[in-house]
Amino acid sequence: MTQNILVVAEQAQSAFRKVTFEALSAGRQLAGALGGAVEAVVMGSGVEASAAQLAAYGAAKIYVADDGALADAATEAYTRVLAQVIEAAKPAVVLLGATTQGKDLAARLSARLDAALAGDCVAVKAEGGQVTATRPMYGGKILAEVTLSGSPVIVSIRPNTQTASQAAGAGAVEKVAVQVGDVATKVVAQQLDAGKVDLTEADVIVTGGRGMGCPDYSAVEALAAALGGAVGASRSAVDEGWRPASDQVGQTGKTVSPNLYVACGVSGAIQHLAGMSSSKVIVAINKDPEAPIMAKADYAIVGDLFEVLPVLTAEIKKIKG
Amino acid sequence: MEIVVLLKQVPATESMIAVAGDGVSIKSDGLKYVINPYDELAVEEALVIREAQGGTVTIVSVGPAKAAEAIRTGLAMGADKGVLIDPGDLALDGLNTAKLLAAALKAMPHDLIVAGHRAVDDDNFQVATAVAELLGIPNISMVVKQTIAGGKIRCVCTVEGGTREVEAPLPALIAAQRGLNNPRYASLPGIMKAKKKPLETKKVADLGLNAADLQPKVRIKALKTPAERKGGRVIAGDSVQAKAAALAKALHEEAKVI
Ligand SMILES: Cc1cc2nc3c(=O)[nH]c(=O)nc-3n(C[C@@H](O)[C@H](O)[C@H](O)COP(=O)(O)OP(=O)(O)OC[C@H]3O[C@@H](n4cnc5c(N)ncnc54)[C@H](O)[C@@H]3O)c2cc1C
Ligand SMILES: Cc1cc2nc3c(=O)[nH]c(=O)nc-3n(C[C@H](O)[C@H](O)[C@H](O)COP(=O)(O)OP(=O)(O)OC[C@H]3O[C@@H](n4cnc5c(N)ncnc54)[C@H](O)[C@@H]3O)c2cc1C
Repeated sequence: MTQNILVVAEQAQSAFRKVTFEALSAGRQLAGALGGAVEAVVMGSGVEASAAQLAAYGAAKIYVADDGALADAATEAYTRVLAQVIEAAKPAVVLLGATTQGKDLAARLSARLDAALAGDCVAVKAEGGQVTATRPMYGGKILAEVTLSGSPVIVSIRPNTQTASQAAGAGAVEKVAVQVGDVATKVVAQQLDAGKVDLTEADVIVTGGRGMGCPDYSAVEALAAALGGAVGASRSAVDEGWRPASDQVGQTGKTVSPNLYVACGVSGAIQHLAGMSSSKVIVAINKDPEAPIMAKADYAIVGDLFEVLPVLTAEIKKIKG
Repeated sequence: MEIVVLLKQVPATESMIAVAGDGVSIKSDGLKYVINPYDELAVEEALVIREAQGGTVTIVSVGPAKAAEAIRTGLAMGADKGVLIDPGDLALDGLNTAKLLAAALKAMPHDLIVAGHRAVDDDNFQVATAVAELLGIPNISMVVKQTIAGGKIRCVCTVEGGTREVEAPLPALIAAQRGLNNPRYASLPGIMKAKKKPLETKKVADLGLNAADLQPKVRIKALKTPAERKGGRVIAGDSVQAKAAALAKALHEEAKVI
């Protein structure tokens, strides 16, 4: 066993996800505390050329598993290749982004390697060789500090919770001879909205709740566009059929930690707050000054969202120039 | 078709959660417990599949004796039988929970396992997928639609920024995401019938495992309540225009988020 950290890089449409750089940055600190190095692994098809980008975030070594059989990111295939890389690299800690793919991969890997897993963590550290992670539980109503034992241990990191910072690493590329074998699961189709930023990775989210009153979200969309952000919804708005379930923020939707969260016509039910209360700055726009969201917001405007949003959008455009 | 649902009993999402005196568990008195909302979707989907294909729906849960209530609710929705795995006073991490479930599943027929994609109490996103790996079967996560034909299951799943269609041969495990269905309520006759449906309790030893096999590798060191968010300021102004301008300015100059 080494004291190294192995970061599992993830790509979306040929670019690394931001959480990969966040995990590398968290990995560097962990490596410092354990006295090891940060390494990375990239899996996929046609990924070799991009691997070098990981050196800019401190990767001393980059394992590259580039094979046509890894084109569609089936968890089973990735688990096998990752287990192979881990056997050779012998890291103390495996870090992944807690994305849809990362969470699935982390869970399969934990069972395959009989290894400890802390999922969707907001912090990870090592003291005296002991790895400790902090993970929200009960939809963020509780923060649990957990210790992980054995080797390796696996930690998945919630997107947008670590600061990505650059630091040059040696970036030695090592190609992995991939042995995928037969994979039972097949991806048969994929529909991705190329321009859409996922809520979990967005820096700014503008959410419309039942106060929108109808499926026309253009006022919210315009503000989101001005801020370069994504559009979210409360469960009530999803239940009304105004927005897809994938836009839902909350305990039974997505947990988000953007820099700025603007809640429009959202009352702030406990299940909604669970999904967004770790946002850095919260703004609420609501005509009811007593709505629970108002007591959680850093800035609140009491008013009709249909009057406020267009004016606010114009003001923001002025500032952004 | 033999369908098994993995179901966890959890505190209702509207619960206020407080840390108990020991600092590593939560105060459970006064909490209302329900079926994990995602597992409710799993029960519903299993029933829909049984209605189309015939077969049996069995609910399996790891939990204390009290978790039998959640299984009974699933039986009242229409499932056929239940198995409660009571770990006694063992502290289980997610992987060990998966090991108990996999051991139970090995001893029972299963063409399809339906789980939730996460439990809203511990939120570890681990158990369902780990069960599939331990059984050596495919898993499909974040499922919002499924069809079964010719010994295969094809699912639409949500991924960041879109959806993906994935196919796997049975037996397989799928994990439900919101959007899959709208769970039915347990009807009064359903509740009456559920009382007579078989519900078996198994201990760890009944599954051929013992405490030494189930030493947790993840241990809770401390639980804390996150710092309560304090309300900030209500933006004052004589007009909508004035309020909006003041907010934009504050976000730019004070909060520095734009
Ligand atoms: C008394 C007690 C002590 C504990 N001690 C520890 C500890 O020492 N270390 C630790 O890490 N955790 C501990 N836990 C929590 C731990 O057991 C979690 O339940 C475990 O991590 C599973 O993760 P999850 O519940 O987040 O499930 P997820 O992985 O989020 O659940 C996904 C899906 O898996 C299925 N599933 C999950 N759990 C069950 C279940 N119990 N029965 C049937 N299906 C299930 C469901 O379909 C669910 O939707 C303890 C819990 C209790 C009650
Ligand atoms: C098991 C379970 C899980 C749940 N999970 C989630 C979840 O993940 N996410 C979630 O969001 N909810 C969840 N809920 C639902 C939650 O309890 C609330 O019902 C929901 O969040 C309310 O949505 P809302 O704030 O949009 O609507 P409402 O509570 O109806 O609030 C609408 C708000 O809009 C304001 N308003 C109306 N018109 C205007 C206007 N013109 N201008 C300005 N303000 C206006 C009103 O004053 C009000 O405050 C869950 C519930 C359960 C039981």
